Amino acid sequence: MSTTVNGTISVPAGVHLPIYMDNHATTPLDPRVLEAMMPYLTTVFGNAASRNHSFGWEAEAAVEKAREQVAKLIGATAKEIIFTSGATESNNLAIKGIAEMYRERGNHIITQVTEHKATLDTCKRLEKSGYRVTYLPVKADGLIDIEDLKRAIDDKAILVTIMIANNEIGVVQPVAEIGKLCHEKGVLFHTDGVQAVGKIPVDVNGMNIDAMSLSGHKIYGPKGVGALYVRRRNPRVQISEQINGGGHERGMRSGTLNVPGIVGLGKACEIAREDMATEAKRLGALRDKLQSKLESGLDYIHVNGSMEHRLPGNLNMSFVYVEGESLLMGINDVAVSSGSACTSATLEPSYVLKALGLGDDVAHSSIRFGLGRFNSEAEVDYVADKVIDVVQKLRELSPLYEMVKEGIDISKIEWQVH
Amino acid sequence: MAYSDKVIDHYNNPRNVGQLDKSSYEVGTGLVGAPECGDVMRLQIRVNPETQVIEEAKFKTFGCGSAIASSSLATEWVKGKTVDQAMEIKNTDIVKELSLPPVKIHCSVLAEDAIRAAIGDWKKKNGVEEKTGAAVSVVAAD
Repeated sequence: MSTTVNGTISVPAGVHLPIYMDNHATTPLDPRVLEAMMPYLTTVFGNAASRNHSFGWEAEAAVEKAREQVAKLIGATAKEIIFTSGATESNNLAIKGIAEMYRERGNHIITQVTEHKATLDTCKRLEKSGYRVTYLPVKADGLIDIEDLKRAIDDKAILVTIMIANNEIGVVQPVAEIGKLCHEKGVLFHTDGVQAVGKIPVDVNGMNIDAMSLSGHKIYGPKGVGALYVRRRNPRVQISEQINGGGHERGMRSGTLNVPGIVGLGKACEIAREDMATEAKRLGALRDKLQSKLESGLDYIHVNGSMEHRLPGNLNMSFVYVEGESLLMGINDVAVSSGSACTSATLEPSYVLKALGLGDDVAHSSIRFGLGRFNSEAEVDYVADKVIDVVQKLRELSPLYEMVKEGIDISKIEWQVH
Repeated sequence: MAYSDKVIDHYNNPRNVGQLDKSSYEVGTGLVGAPECGDVMRLQIRVNPETQVIEEAKFKTFGCGSAIASSSLATEWVKGKTVDQAMEIKNTDIVKELSLPPVKIHCSVLAEDAIRAAIGDWKKKNGVEEKTGAAVSVVAAD
């Protein structure tokens, strides 16, 4: 029998390989963003904190414009935006900064199990210094149960930190409900908005968000820049600084401002605000096409997480009886991610998929497709055809698929777990 | 993960994919690994009852590229060897041949286990007495 796993699907006109379809990991820089940044990478090089000459004033003016652009995208005011090096720093600053500042009021922080490691590890760190952290479970669709949150908020609770959209499965938490509940209970609400801001409407007032992290490179801006929204009224949120120095960003984040990065983040936010509605519609349609093509071409596949409450560009699917890394190897001209243990540094399958109650075997078989601004319909067609082809070939190699097709219940087999 | 050319070759053109008649006395079947661990290998051999030479070997593997390559290579290596010679194949030989990185050594271990399990199954079916204790314990573990 001759089986060739790789390379029989033809490439449609206009499609250039490799195809990037991993837009939850990072996004390419929008050319319009680069254009806005260029002067600040070349001639306009001043330090925004230099108050006594035009070089500094120009830089400061650019930063303040960007602050307005970021604020406008999320319904905030410019003074509520703190620039950081990225969302990991923003999450650290918000969670540690609020925890420290409100320590006398209580020591209980509430989060949930599918948060990004930047949140989970920050919470774990705080547990070591006397804070109590509740990790809410998620339902099979990846969403928290608002009743669980209601029960978890006690008189020691000072902060709830729950993301808007998940980076692996793209599910969107009931943020407005969470914000409303926190507001009623007098507990601060921080959210990791990295995957959601610029992709779906986010309004810090309508959603009662008190602090929110966001990142430049997830919205076609540059890497190394992010922001933290910190509410200034109703209530005025105070944050204890985590980086000490020259007192930049109203003392909340010292360090010379990354002017070109900030300009890029601002421009990226402006573009996102203008294009979001049409882009979301286009990506949603592409995603649905990808899903329906895969589903019509293959059996034993399923979507992980809620389809109803989901980012338009996200599709996370398990191709059961095929191991994720081997699938990635077969579609090596397409950049996507897998929840398989073999693709992770820890050799553990995705904790997000496990939290949905999926078995390790299903997590090992998962692929995350992240569609973005620069993906075309022709690319989606090619990726779907390629995945179908490689999955079929790998299933010819899969003893599990063969057994299932022969009617054997593989869950009844006594496997040697190694 | 950057794979060696040999892994990629076995992945793209796996050797000896398929299955042999499990009920035949000449066939030994080894099924090792577990779905929740992300790799399952089934390796089968057909042994000439006169010469004890492995004349045919087939595999199917659920697992990463290294697991597929390790089991594909294992089928190539056992073919033409006697059962006793095939028992000499070590996982370290597979690691060396495929230039497997440290995180993928378990794939080679699984391939060695699959060879031993298939031979063990064949011996059990044919009532072959063991001269040493090692293989018997493998049969028992299977």
